[in-house]
Amino acid sequence: MLKTFSKGGVHPAANKLSADKAIEILPLPKTVTIPISQHIGAPAKVLVKKGDSVKVGQKIAESGGFVSANIHSSVSGTVSKIDNIVDASGYKKPCVIINVEGDEWDENIDKSKELKKDFDLSAEEIIKKISDAGIVGLGGATFPSHVKLSIPKGKKAEVLILNGVECEPYLTADHRLMLEKAEEILVGTKILMKALNVDKAFIGIENNKPDAINHFNKLVENYEGIKVVPLKVKYPQGGEKQLIKAVINREVPSGGLPIAVGAVVHNVGTAFAVYEAIQKNKPLFERVVTVTGKSVTKPANFLVRIGTSTAELINAAGGLPEDTGKIVSGGPMMGKAIVNTDVPITKGSSGVLLFKDKESKRQESQNCIRCGKCVSVCPMGLEPYLLMNLVENKMWDELEKNHVLDCIECGSCMFTCPSQRPLLDYIRLGKSTVNKIIRSRKK
Amino acid sequence: MTILVTIITLVTIGVIAAVILYLVAQKFKVYENPKIDEVEEALPGANCGGCGFPGCRGMAEALVKAEDLSTLFCPVGGNETMAEVAKILGKEIAAKEPMVAVVRCNGNFEKRKRTNQYDGAATCVMAASLYGGDTACEYGCLGLGDCVEACNFDAIYMDLTTGLPVVNQDNCTACGACVEACPRDIIELRKKGPKNRRIFVSCVNEDKGAVAMKACKVACIGCGKCEKVCAFGAITIENNLAYIDFEKCKLCRKCVAVCPTGAIHEINFPVKKAVAKPEEKQQIEKNKEEINKNSENK
Repeated sequence: MLKTFSKGGVHPAANKLSADKAIEILPLPKTVTIPISQHIGAPAKVLVKKGDSVKVGQKIAESGGFVSANIHSSVSGTVSKIDNIVDASGYKKPCVIINVEGDEWDENIDKSKELKKDFDLSAEEIIKKISDAGIVGLGGATFPSHVKLSIPKGKKAEVLILNGVECEPYLTADHRLMLEKAEEILVGTKILMKALNVDKAFIGIENNKPDAINHFNKLVENYEGIKVVPLKVKYPQGGEKQLIKAVINREVPSGGLPIAVGAVVHNVGTAFAVYEAIQKNKPLFERVVTVTGKSVTKPANFLVRIGTSTAELINAAGGLPEDTGKIVSGGPMMGKAIVNTDVPITKGSSGVLLFKDKESKRQESQNCIRCGKCVSVCPMGLEPYLLMNLVENKMWDELEKNHVLDCIECGSCMFTCPSQRPLLDYIRLGKSTVNKIIRSRKK
Repeated sequence: MTILVTIITLVTIGVIAAVILYLVAQKFKVYENPKIDEVEEALPGANCGGCGFPGCRGMAEALVKAEDLSTLFCPVGGNETMAEVAKILGKEIAAKEPMVAVVRCNGNFEKRKRTNQYDGAATCVMAASLYGGDTACEYGCLGLGDCVEACNFDAIYMDLTTGLPVVNQDNCTACGACVEACPRDIIELRKKGPKNRRIFVSCVNEDKGAVAMKACKVACIGCGKCEKVCAFGAITIENNLAYIDFEKCKLCRKCVAVCPTGAIHEINFPVKKAVAKPEEKQQIEKNKEEINKNSENK
């Protein structure tokens, strides 16, 4: 019996079209647009100005607080301007635009491909280096990693869980990374274990990636304390709280963080970035992005420099199919439609999804038929129909009492609703309003 | 005999109950100023919340309690109602100028090209939480009608040919419900003005001129011409956007004539005699047509 989380969950069609496509390095673009707010928390502060020449890996924006992250240039060239550009959020945000000239890397970065296993750093040094390298959670939430690694006083981490679930349909970036950079990920895991001072780590992988599971099973013998946990295929298995429940059978209390049950979760992509930052001195300026869709001629996984426009990726994958209706940044369940193809790839972009016109059309929302499906699939045990109702009637206090803030925005309720009600849209609105109310109360 | 016993028993019980009820009523009596009822009667009873209190009863209580009435105002009833209330309470109150809601966006389908389509939940606040809107202007009207939904007085409606809301100035009570509902802060309460004449900048775009112009042909580009021409210092430019202070504006209409994009609107003015140069005049005519098309007097 494979492990999984207990409450709810759905089974969307996997559609992993690019699972057997090796990671390709995307050719350098002519310009890159690097947003200075690619993470949760305070935006970074720009350090460069128009006309400055930068190298690959040079810090161009400095973290704007504890919960924030450094931003590094992904290319070498000249800063052409600092302007407001629409990013994946749908709004104009300040971005540094760099014209690419050659490919000159910062001299501290080790460009060699050899695996470097040994490291000799204390926990503080590791966290400092991860913070300097601007590493954020690469699963999509982009929470600064050094914050997650700095355990608050009085708490103790017991176990590190590595998230190799990739439960979103279509996406294969983590899958490919696990197949091609497994050793690096394991060294990265070791580094993270040292930083957290834990001796146990689990790598959770969904059972629809048997090649990755086998590959890791062979390799972990050489790494003490790391274990692979195959998991049942169920969405949202990759949710932090769901993964903790599945792997170590502990439930994160409502409103609490994983550390409350002694767990810390990191994505496999983050572990790889940590490896590169510590062993190769390489800050986070590129990531693996899946470009896929049913009409895409060449679905692929690309290693992309941060700031490359979405259009470059689509062209490399065989061009924009004529019947494209929506371009989604991220996975089909939690991703967000983008407004144009100039939107840059950021640290949090795991995929570019081209939906066909037919697939992307939303059905008209009908009345709730009280079937209760949304309640039965909610992995957090919430009542989505009720929450939506409360938002419609602006009953914010009731919403808070009904734990709207526990919603992880996985979209299972909307996926399963036979009346096509926009449940998650409303719940998200409720969440942000309740958050605002709570913040104003504290003042 | 039995019937007599029954009657006496019942009467006795009744009297005792009445005494108990009377005593309890005396003991737990809640004193309420009878004036509250009177004042509530005088208020319009729309329960719109425009005064900032939960309904007319709340307002009545506040009015009775208040020492100074000048901070309280019923936008629906206006000066007449307030005068009546003041009379009931035996206090003085100064008349306030009537206000009206204005829509500060003129980016209709023609002027503001649509760059993408939205098919999510059809409310403005939802769309605003997801992205910058279906045009390149991320300040302008989203056109999904949250303001119409919020209005209790049938004073605002969606013009389907322009995709913009239109205020019916006769119905508008300036309660501010639409101002609150708009996630883009496009709607503003302004002085109704003498003979209902008023001038305002019909744009809230804070982008730089070129960007704003590219997104919308009637955007305020923050050029500052109006600021210079204004003799009363009523116009200020902040974040590439002009704003006309309605307290200072003397309705001379010089700013309307110089605005290169026609972002400044004049409402309810008679057609002005030619004072501007021919090319400027043309622009004014154009603007006027535009305004007539979208004016709030539909």
